[in-house]
Amino acid sequence: MCTYLTEKVAISGSAKGASGWFRVTEGSVYFDHPVHAPYGHTLNIDFLAPAQGPSARVAVELSAESARALMKAIEAVLDSAPPGLE
Amino acid sequence: MYDAVLSETITITGHEGDAIEAYSARPLTPGPVGGVVVLHHLPGYDRQTKEFTRSLAVGGFNAVMPNLYAREAPGAEPDDAMAAARAQGAIPIPDDRIVGEVAGAMDYLKGLSNANGKIGVIGHCSGGRQSFLAAVSLPLEAAVDCYGGFVVGEPPAGHPLQGWEPLVTRTPDLSCPLLGLFGSEDVQPGPAHVAELEAALKEAGKTYRFRVYEGANHGFMQVDSSRYHVQSAVEAWGEILGWFGRYLAA
Repeated sequence: MCTYLTEKVAISGSAKGASGWFRVTEGSVYFDHPVHAPYGHTLNIDFLAPAQGPSARVAVELSAESARALMKAIEAVLDSAPPGLE
Repeated sequence: MYDAVLSETITITGHEGDAIEAYSARPLTPGPVGGVVVLHHLPGYDRQTKEFTRSLAVGGFNAVMPNLYAREAPGAEPDDAMAAARAQGAIPIPDDRIVGEVAGAMDYLKGLSNANGKIGVIGHCSGGRQSFLAAVSLPLEAAVDCYGGFVVGEPPAGHPLQGWEPLVTRTPDLSCPLLGLFGSEDVQPGPAHVAELEAALKEAGKTYRFRVYEGANHGFMQVDSSRYHVQSAVEAWGEILGWFGRYLAA
């Protein structure tokens, strides 16, 4: 099914797309049909810079299992980072 | 035999008089022939739906597919356009805008020199729901709903469609015969949803035909996807061309 549901979050950082690095300001997260990944539904993340237009986008499509593993990896790395670096 | 088809990107007048991008495909025949409005799926105005539009022209119909994300992301690649529309909160597209786009597409088709004046509508996925929406909102001669979700069924809490009027309640307003094509493995619409829609059609005395394809899931006609279910898609194409051939004939 098409889930339609989209979580949006303001982010700050940079992403590297087809044209090189660019600053990103928004993230969209949704669990829906992928465009490329070979699964029925994937956890999709768009790293966006709306002010630069729709093509300023880095997209990933992950299996649900991969996405959960990535979440844990992100938390583990941040938790283990030396204090005061954030 | 002469079987030329012309396919190209054009501009049509859509909802509220806006100029929007659309993909046109039509047989180069004096006809006259019927016209079909194609409503693309949620992933967007993409390669495979353009291929689908061309196939309708090969099948003998003038076809046009409005770019439903044209306002949010003009000129963008299809997946970027879908992502931009999501980020702007534009998905799902409001129903009144969809009806306006279809009405504009109908005007385009009726204005073609080889048009016979009969118009059908077809959509997949979100487009399937929108095809049903068009058929209960506009005077059409035929409609095809390919696995459209949320024609029946209550969206879960927090879902963007929650609070929208369930389209099944408008079944008595259906202006034309409806062909419904569904996958047995789909969950929205699942078997219970299909049964509920069928019951509404029977109660309203509407002309319809439903096919539920065994082993097929949501998106079974999507040629670029792992969800493509070849046997079901091939049979579905036969149903689609037969339906339009029957109800869009001069």
